[in-house]
Amino acid sequence: MSIVTIERKILEKNDAIARHNRDLIASKDIFCINLISSPGAGKTSILEQTLVYLDGTINVQIIEGDVQTDFDARRLERYNVPVVQIVTNGGCHLEASLVADAMQSLDFSGLQLLIIENVGNLVCPAAYDLGEAVKVVVTSVTEGEDKPLKYPLIFKNAGVMIINKIDLLPHLSFDLELLKRNALSINPSLKIFETSCGTKQGIAEWCEWLAEEVFVQA
Amino acid sequence: MHELSIAQNIVEIIHARVREDELANVRSVKLRVGTFSGVVPHSLKFCYEALIADTGLNHSRIDIETVSFVIKCSDCSKQSNVDNGFALCPSCGSRKTMIVSGNELDIVEIILQENQAEHA
Repeated sequence: MSIVTIERKILEKNDAIARHNRDLIASKDIFCINLISSPGAGKTSILEQTLVYLDGTINVQIIEGDVQTDFDARRLERYNVPVVQIVTNGGCHLEASLVADAMQSLDFSGLQLLIIENVGNLVCPAAYDLGEAVKVVVTSVTEGEDKPLKYPLIFKNAGVMIINKIDLLPHLSFDLELLKRNALSINPSLKIFETSCGTKQGIAEWCEWLAEEVFVQA
Repeated sequence: MHELSIAQNIVEIIHARVREDELANVRSVKLRVGTFSGVVPHSLKFCYEALIADTGLNHSRIDIETVSFVIKCSDCSKQSNVDNGFALCPSCGSRKTMIVSGNELDIVEIILQENQAEHA
């Protein structure tokens, strides 16, 4: 019997590509976020409202990940920003290699904010570093206060949580403070925003934070 | 499920570290998987077995050492076994905790049987 000692992380290859992505992004003073949520929480809608609010004051490009179709890329292109669509054809998460390939299509001159919208999935994307500065997890008030406890990995690995669809609160028996307590019990340093794409509530605060991070990165 | 992607990574690592003519001798691949790694052991085994079927690695299996989620408190120094991902110290309630174990996703070693031909 012979033993080959390895003692390495299984996702070492992804991590190495992610580090390369991160170095490339940082070398150009770009702030990059990885937007993650379950399907239907409102990632694309939040991005639409973000682009409306920023109104071209920040140079944004988007890498859009979906299992099928380019529907989301086409929605976002209407706001006059370059969007690179990744279709995974069944893949349940984005990996660093897919982002590295997509980055070849970006125009880096003047780029300040790179947004990666991940495949709608609260489980698998949590485990994959893409090279972002921060993971942003979106949850909505129609999803249950216990989401952070049921899906702790993404809430632990995220730096920001957006609670979306807050305009629906009067119609729901949803305990917003319980959701926040649950999230903070997993990640005490989580920064929390509350938004509604319908009423635009909270969009300004979210966008101002993005702008501050872009400014700090530059 | 991303266990398929994880299994593919394991197979690639084996191919990188074991000579092609020795692949058939691989018997076990030892992994260390934390309960907070986001990976489900039996799903990973299922995906690995599907990947290696009808390949040179089809005599191998993965053996998983599971590591539980443990945090250590910076305020009271206590180490605690808590629910996956929980960050508050159960002893003093502090938020200043760090993960001691439970998020591992490592390939530890590859065990090969000796080549039968060498004993002929």
